[in-house]
Amino acid sequence: MTAMLETKNLGISFGGLKAVDGLSLKIEKGQLYGLIGPNGAGKTTAFNLLTGVYKPTMGNFFLDGEKLTGHNTIEINKKGIARTFQNIRLFNQLSVLDNVKVGLHNDYKYSTAQGIFRLPAFFRTEKEMDRKAEELLEVFDLAGEKDYLASNLPYGKQRKLEIARALATSPKLLLLDEPAAGMNPNETQELMETIRFVRDTFDMTILLIEHDMRLVSGICEEITVLNFGTVLAQGETGKVLKDPEVVKAYLGD
Amino acid sequence: MKNLNNMKKTTKQDMITYAIVLVMFLFCVVYTTTGLASNLFRGLLVPICVNVILAVSLNLTVGILGELSLGHAGFMCVGAFVGSVFSMAVQEAIPSVWIRFPLAFIVGGLAAAVIGLLVGIPVLRLRGDYLAIVTLAFGEIIKNIVNNLYLATDINGVHFAVGVEAYNNTVFDAATKKVYINGAMGITQTPNDSNYFVGFVLIFITLIVILNLVRSRTGRAIMAIRDNRIAAESVGINITKHKLIAFVISAFFAGVAGVLYGHNLSSLVATKFDYNYSIMILVFVVLGGIGSMRGSIIAAVILTALPELLRGLSDYRMLMYAIILIVMMLVNNNETMHMYVQKWFGGLNIKKWLGSAESKKKAKEGVS
Amino acid sequence: MNFLSYLISGVSLGSVYALIALGYTMVYGIAKMLNFAHGDIIMIGGFVVFTAISSAATSPVIAIICGIIVCTLLGVVIEKVAYKPLRNASPLAVLITAIGVSYLLQNVALLIFGSASKNFPNLFKNVPDWHVAEGLTVSGVTIVTICVTVVIMVGLTLFIHYTKPGTAMQAVSEDRGAAQLMGVNVNTTISLTFAIGSALAAVASVLLCSAYPLLNPYTGAMPGIKAFVAAVFGGIGSIPGAMIGGILLGVIENLSKAYISSQLSDAIVFAVLIIILSLKPTGILGKKIREKV
Repeated sequence: MTAMLETKNLGISFGGLKAVDGLSLKIEKGQLYGLIGPNGAGKTTAFNLLTGVYKPTMGNFFLDGEKLTGHNTIEINKKGIARTFQNIRLFNQLSVLDNVKVGLHNDYKYSTAQGIFRLPAFFRTEKEMDRKAEELLEVFDLAGEKDYLASNLPYGKQRKLEIARALATSPKLLLLDEPAAGMNPNETQELMETIRFVRDTFDMTILLIEHDMRLVSGICEEITVLNFGTVLAQGETGKVLKDPEVVKAYLGD
Repeated sequence: MKNLNNMKKTTKQDMITYAIVLVMFLFCVVYTTTGLASNLFRGLLVPICVNVILAVSLNLTVGILGELSLGHAGFMCVGAFVGSVFSMAVQEAIPSVWIRFPLAFIVGGLAAAVIGLLVGIPVLRLRGDYLAIVTLAFGEIIKNIVNNLYLATDINGVHFAVGVEAYNNTVFDAATKKVYINGAMGITQTPNDSNYFVGFVLIFITLIVILNLVRSRTGRAIMAIRDNRIAAESVGINITKHKLIAFVISAFFAGVAGVLYGHNLSSLVATKFDYNYSIMILVFVVLGGIGSMRGSIIAAVILTALPELLRGLSDYRMLMYAIILIVMMLVNNNETMHMYVQKWFGGLNIKKWLGSAESKKKAKEGVS
Repeated sequence: MNFLSYLISGVSLGSVYALIALGYTMVYGIAKMLNFAHGDIIMIGGFVVFTAISSAATSPVIAIICGIIVCTLLGVVIEKVAYKPLRNASPLAVLITAIGVSYLLQNVALLIFGSASKNFPNLFKNVPDWHVAEGLTVSGVTIVTICVTVVIMVGLTLFIHYTKPGTAMQAVSEDRGAAQLMGVNVNTTISLTFAIGSALAAVASVLLCSAYPLLNPYTGAMPGIKAFVAAVFGGIGSIPGAMIGGILLGVIENLSKAYISSQLSDAIVFAVLIIILSLKPTGILGKKIREKV
């Protein structure tokens, strides 16, 4: 069986600095996979490579067997990789519902002219979009706030909305960049359940960056540890976290 | 404050906007047919319609797309000249004004849209500040070129020249010579087809197209780009395409406004469509509330009528515009000043009445 | 020979653009905003110097000093009143405010001085022309303009690199937040930037008006916009870039005036801007800015 995501020796250098250097990993379908490492280890850069924000200067990556190296962000999203951001990036002046509907943009189509002249396709598609978006909001317990402006949601709910929006693009692989950042232990606990729930309900493959070790050890089956752009350790979560090298990288000597 | 962006709620908001325009229209009909209206008032009606269309169309670029265009008058200029030349050229071929005039709007609007497309392709890739300067530059280039443009026909066909030297070197058949565009002198025999009735029909069309666009899949994508370009890209929104759609539609209606403007005066010169005109349109948008179509309409009506009705004010018109721009921005974007304004003028919330998007945003932020 | 004289007057015009472009580039680099009103500060400077000379019959040197003082104060006041409250606002709001300020200055000048052009006296008529060869003369104004620009450019570069406030400017330009944490007073630094930029605008106004003596409320607008083009051309944020961009732009403008069309020379200048921005948005010496995701 081909892996859902496979990266082979993936890397990028910015003017001589190798931000990510030879990242190779394999994530199976339905897996919850963690990418951890100290600040500046190149985790978010790795996400940016996988979503086409940066073009890799070395190596390749494959989604479900298909090579995606060199594609741009939009193409990669259409192929099935969706992401959230470390510093939340919502459409602040749009409603919660509309944020998700923007995510549905490529799956539910009608032309600009059909929209302007309010042809039947407009009403039909908008109705379907509303239903689908509300379904997704329901999953994240956001249905009650669907008409709020996204910027007016509390922090924790904004993070959830970002995940809902990413899921709306019907991805095969979901990348979560520090989903628990800024959350209190209760919220983190709740988030862990949501992530597991998303994986189970949507049969989703999830790769996440996280600093909260409780979350990582609680839900990730396998992890990769990055340090200074290179892979420090890789494998089953429990084992890797006990690796003395990893402990050293995190805590220092 | 719940249900603010609800589909039904937005439809209701749009209906109020249409209703306001309808009431204005009915007022004009009653006022002019009963003979109460002065000549000054009658003369103001078409310019008001022109400015309303301009303000609404610029708001699509500034408020919905979130980019500052300082060359809106340039697109208007293209529409005005192309529309006028069209009307003059087909005056004999299509004697019926009912066919000729609508065609002129389509031709003028499309011409402006094409220029909008040509301008948009290089420009929309740029960051905000650069985009503002480049659109300003384009507006000036368009004005500059049209100001040096000569177009005439004779029995030998169409003669076209840029620059007075080239024009003077052209040999004409004197008997059949007909001048359309005479360089800096512009156009002198545009048919005076415009009236406020046509103007209001155009306002309605502009509003329907732009409001429906905003409340559609495409409009959502455009606003998503405005709010967060990187996130929009990450969910597969084509940035350039959607920016172009907004920009070109905006240019199209600027062109339509130009045609209306061109058919209202007996003479048309390019220097009218300068930077000051573009700024004036921006002032309408800013005063009415960036992103609020209803606000743009009301602001355009008030600011067009006021200096004319209060003659003494006309010297200070531009000064007033400048102050409006600065004060509106400071009040809307600075928490301290916003607070003071709330405190002093809280009772008569003008902006709330205008239905400004920004005041809604601020009000909600106050709650959360 | 004709070509050479066009070229030299192009360099002279370009030097003025370069001086104005410096103001844009510094403010853009440090306050991260396009100070649309910069061109109009030049116009105000022109009027101050003109009024000082014609009404009070002061000597040119004192008049120029008056101009510099007024412009510097004006720049600082504008920053304090209009831009500082918007430090954290959207770029769109800041830009619209700047356009408002520009418009305000123009229209205040219009109300005070009227729209009729004043004839600005050539303050450098005592500087002898330089007859290089048969048919090629470099005017005194041109010589002064080029010399002044070069001196200012060198002085500014030294200031930025070798003084404490200069280093603070670099720090704020690089990372405002980090600079603040390191104890740099960001507000003072930005004020200082506006002060220097506006003082340079006053100098530019004297040079501009001495060479092109018609002074009216719109005198500053076009050179201002063109100087911004020059700053973008050279790479915004870069001091040598402003110099190179300004001179290139002046030369392009003068040559196209001479050989293509005088009416379309503005259009050509703007076309250059559009081409540059399409091909190399960062300009000749600009740094590439990577957007943080």
